[in-house]
Amino acid sequence: MTTTAPDSDGATAEESAATGDADADDPLLRVRNLEKTFGGITAVDGATFDVERGTITGLIGPNGAGKSTTFDLVTGVQTPDSGQVVFDGTDITGWRPHRAANRGLVRTFQIARELDEMTVLENAMLAPRGQVGEKLWRAVLPGARSAVVRQEEQLREQAWETLEFLELDHLAEEYAGALSGGQRKLLELARVLMIEPEMILLDEPLAGVNPTLEEKLLDRLHALREDGYTFLLVEHDMDVIMNHCEPVIVLHQGEVLVEGSPEQVQNDDRVLEAYLGGEV
Amino acid sequence: MSARIDDGTAAVAEWFDGRSDAALLLVLAVGLYALFTGVSLVLGYDLGGIVNTLRRITFLSAIYAMLVLALNLQWGYTGLFNLGVAGFMAVGVYTMGMLSTAPTTNPPGLGLPLPIGILGGVLAAGLVGAVASLPALRLRGDYLAIVTLAFSEIVRLTYRSPVFETFSVAGLSLGTGGSTGMSLPTNPIRMLFYENPQAVTSPPSAFGEAVFGTFEALGVRAPVVEGMAYAIALLFVVAGVYVLLRRVGNSPFGRVLKAIREDETVAGALGKDTRLFKVKVFALGCGLMGLAAILWRIGGLASTEDFRPITTFYVFVALIIGGAGSNTGSVVGGAVFASLLFEGPNFVRRVVTQYVDIGIGQTPNTIFEAVGPLASLDVTPLLAYTISDVNVSALRLVLLGVVLIYLIQNRPEGLLGHRTETAASVDLSERPGGEDR
Repeated sequence: MTTTAPDSDGATAEESAATGDADADDPLLRVRNLEKTFGGITAVDGATFDVERGTITGLIGPNGAGKSTTFDLVTGVQTPDSGQVVFDGTDITGWRPHRAANRGLVRTFQIARELDEMTVLENAMLAPRGQVGEKLWRAVLPGARSAVVRQEEQLREQAWETLEFLELDHLAEEYAGALSGGQRKLLELARVLMIEPEMILLDEPLAGVNPTLEEKLLDRLHALREDGYTFLLVEHDMDVIMNHCEPVIVLHQGEVLVEGSPEQVQNDDRVLEAYLGGEV
Repeated sequence: MSARIDDGTAAVAEWFDGRSDAALLLVLAVGLYALFTGVSLVLGYDLGGIVNTLRRITFLSAIYAMLVLALNLQWGYTGLFNLGVAGFMAVGVYTMGMLSTAPTTNPPGLGLPLPIGILGGVLAAGLVGAVASLPALRLRGDYLAIVTLAFSEIVRLTYRSPVFETFSVAGLSLGTGGSTGMSLPTNPIRMLFYENPQAVTSPPSAFGEAVFGTFEALGVRAPVVEGMAYAIALLFVVAGVYVLLRRVGNSPFGRVLKAIREDETVAGALGKDTRLFKVKVFALGCGLMGLAAILWRIGGLASTEDFRPITTFYVFVALIIGGAGSNTGSVVGGAVFASLLFEGPNFVRRVVTQYVDIGIGQTPNTIFEAVGPLASLDVTPLLAYTISDVNVSALRLVLLGVVLIYLIQNRPEGLLGHRTETAASVDLSERPGGEDR
């Protein structure tokens, strides 16, 4: 299943050495030479980058640079033509999304995808990993169900706490379909937090969110980062990227153009040219 | 006029929303029984006839309720558009028949005990459901519907094929009976009443004698008593299926099913292996459809005619009436469909023939003969034509069409569609131990 590009052999060797003790200094996510074409269009063309633990890493680039496709390839929504994705020392290239999520790598969607006919609380309680009640026989058999109920009581409390943290608790019994755009973004964040992952890929989490809510959301992200979460953030709002992300990765035409601190990226002529459509 | 009807619908809907499920089902049962008792009295039936009428609607309502509950799991909860209901029903019935009919009958069976036959039929229907779901897993909506519809026709035509009329496997003779069908083992309720339940002419057991004696005195004959007992037993099976599916729905498992219905990609991104859930739902739902079909046909004849796509269509209509996504709605839909829409036209015919003097042999043969006399304001020929033996099943379809159009326009979520069925095994309506908000 794994397609390893020839020039990443070195990296693979390092990886297998490091797998034994995935140590805290290793990057949490390593992406190597990722490629994906759709018909004649190359959406991602050899993207290679790392995401360090405990960072909010920004991923920017002009429209069509391949940001969303990169997200899809990393989280398994689509399978790369070649390249490698290593998460926490495990090669997860081509894994289906649910496996990646259970390994601790989850994502949100560019356009918030709520489960409209489920309540906010049900949305939140859906997410956690390892729910015993997801086994059909446990849900049904009389003796086995008490364990399910016990776990559900815990999950319900955890869901309430998460909703409180994101200030969604007053909406807990509403249908998700009734939420506003910004509230949907928050709910999507609540859902992925309930999974208790190690890393969250956020695809434009602030699009359509009003400035007050945006500030609040960003504060939450920083609080979570301090708790040990790692974020990879796609965002079009340059102020957000420059003030909140470190480091910043610039994608252009499916490749990594620049990677560095916000200042470095801001002062790089190639980035300006990429955004203004000039030749690189 | 139409405004008044809309008000009426809204009032009924509001009334439905405000009631507990148990009270609702009780009221529905009492209402239907009262209605059909009334119709029987109008028709001049004696007590035996009344009980027989109630037996018929109880039996059909129970069977349809089971089928609708099973389909609700697949379509209402998980959003899987399974148009192969009739096919999975056929698998259940034919497998049970082949396992349990005696080797001496034509077509021959294996002669295994009935419980093994029923269990085998249910398992076979579930297994075939799981296998059928495998290629269908990548398909959604319309495409899944087309594949399952085609699959059910393949099943039906296979059972109908002369190749399988009788055949041998490892020295054992088996058969489906092809186009003539297969007579199935006798109804298990006979064990209560007869010494030798397999034989048609068996002396009643001591218990049977007592019961039959009591009812005979009231004018209710033995076959009717037996049939009513079976119909009541079926109500307990429906209750069992209802409880089972409620537990499935009110659990983390059911929560994932709802999520798959709403957005499968999201369910996958949240770490749920959606394919596994879909296979399980197909297996469980199709197994229950097999069970319902076995209980429907047992003691009678298995014929491929019963498993045409129209049967699937009926189950869908019943689910739409009750409201997809609601288990209680499924039972309500099944009962309302079976008694009013499916059996209703037959009773209308009987009442009309009783009170309108059509005259023997006066029923028009063509629509033109029927419509012609309208010019002289004579409606009897049209009425006679509409409710004739030949046309009453067509009338049923017309009625279904009208009901569907009305429901889609005025209450698309069905009678009980938008009731909250909590997708959790605990109460989500308040936060226990949480401070007041």
